[in-house]
Amino acid sequence: MTMIKRASVVIVGGGIIGCSIAYNLARMGCKNIALFEKNSLASGATGRCGAGIRQQFGTEMNCILARESIKIFENLSQELDYDIELNQGGYLMLAYTEKEVNQFKKNVALEQSLGIDVRYITAEEAKEIVPPLNTEGILAATFCPTDGHANPFNTNFAYAEAAQRLGVKIYNFTEVKGIKTEGNRIVSVSTDKGEVLTPIVINAAGGYSGETGKMAGVEIPVYSQRHQILITEPVDPLFKPMLMSFSRNFYCQQTPHGSIIMGFGDPNEPKGHDIGTSWQFAREMAQKMTAAVPLLKEVSMVRQWSGLYNMSPDSQPIVGEHPQVKGFYMAVGFSGHGFMLAPVASQLMAELILKGRTSIPIDRLDIGRFERGDLIIEPSVV
Amino acid sequence: MKDETIICRCEDITWGEIRQTLEKGYTTLEEIKSITRAGMGRCQGTTCRRIILREIARFCHKKIEEIAMPTFRPPTKPVKLGTLAGDDDD
Repeated sequence: MTMIKRASVVIVGGGIIGCSIAYNLARMGCKNIALFEKNSLASGATGRCGAGIRQQFGTEMNCILARESIKIFENLSQELDYDIELNQGGYLMLAYTEKEVNQFKKNVALEQSLGIDVRYITAEEAKEIVPPLNTEGILAATFCPTDGHANPFNTNFAYAEAAQRLGVKIYNFTEVKGIKTEGNRIVSVSTDKGEVLTPIVINAAGGYSGETGKMAGVEIPVYSQRHQILITEPVDPLFKPMLMSFSRNFYCQQTPHGSIIMGFGDPNEPKGHDIGTSWQFAREMAQKMTAAVPLLKEVSMVRQWSGLYNMSPDSQPIVGEHPQVKGFYMAVGFSGHGFMLAPVASQLMAELILKGRTSIPIDRLDIGRFERGDLIIEPSVV
Repeated sequence: MKDETIICRCEDITWGEIRQTLEKGYTTLEEIKSITRAGMGRCQGTTCRRIILREIARFCHKKIEEIAMPTFRPPTKPVKLGTLAGDDDD
């Protein structure tokens, strides 16, 4: 594909965020959109993620965004004409400490007030939902049956192909090298395949969004951090929901394919772009999950890998235009929740760019909140 | 090669599925793996990787050495979580 000379919007990043924004902009009538991806689509955080989708959060902002995202996910295979393998087996959040019990009670009250179908349950009820669960140490749990997961590759490619059918030009293996501004306005983007004039750039570069910000001359307070994950061979269906614990620090789900995927966040993980793997992770992961679900001892791991969380100071995304650079929009810092929030975040981003206002208020997700000291602290993150 | 020919035996992926992916414009092993699951099964591509590389090269009119290899991911052989956790008698 030959490089275009001029675009109305340039998107940096071909992950779920970039591709879903491209699709939503095109769907709402925007023409002449170009998307640049330095590798192949879904090669960064999206294709490496745990692919869970949950509405059980501790802040109103996250609950509302996730609730609306699930609604979009529920019709997405049809909307994009591509099976995204959505599986709503629920999320079972396990409380092992009194602190978690108190937090979960608060979360459930908040979630229910926002119309999310979630309930606070006993360890025995949790075992009815997940029969192989070891309930030792479990004080209580919460369960939301409409949470679940989808195939991140399929969802990413589904958005990309739907965007292309609407005229979006996607340039794979094309690396953005610079972003030019004049008088605090975006004027062009240079890549290793040529330069494109554009008044609007959307930073959807995930683990490299801080670096992309620097190209436009702005400091975005995000950092990247490796999160490791492993997957087992496919086995017969053992349990439907995603199992999750904050205090014991794990998440684990069985995909429709039969393989079981699991991960945890290492609190001592240094900041940076390392995406290597370690045997220490595999061992600790195996110890955590065989304790929680003992019959997993007999299941074999076949592969381990890692990807980058792009963290913001309050673990909430930064969505909006930069106040100092006209035309520089950001959809970054999703802090491990980019896949699940992409359907709604991309729609709101398209509304913001094309209409100047959004159907769900996201003013507080602006970058200015860090200077104002108006952080939205999410207590429920892995 | 027939469309029904199984290329990835672990995941039951046929040549037809791989051919369609190539024709859509996905011509790297990484993309084909992500889209079809070929090479993601128990043997992790030990059997099918070379066949797919050869077919990508043929499709793109390139030499097999010019086709990028996907990332090799540990472990080399499947290992039981019980063994990994260190409390297995095996």
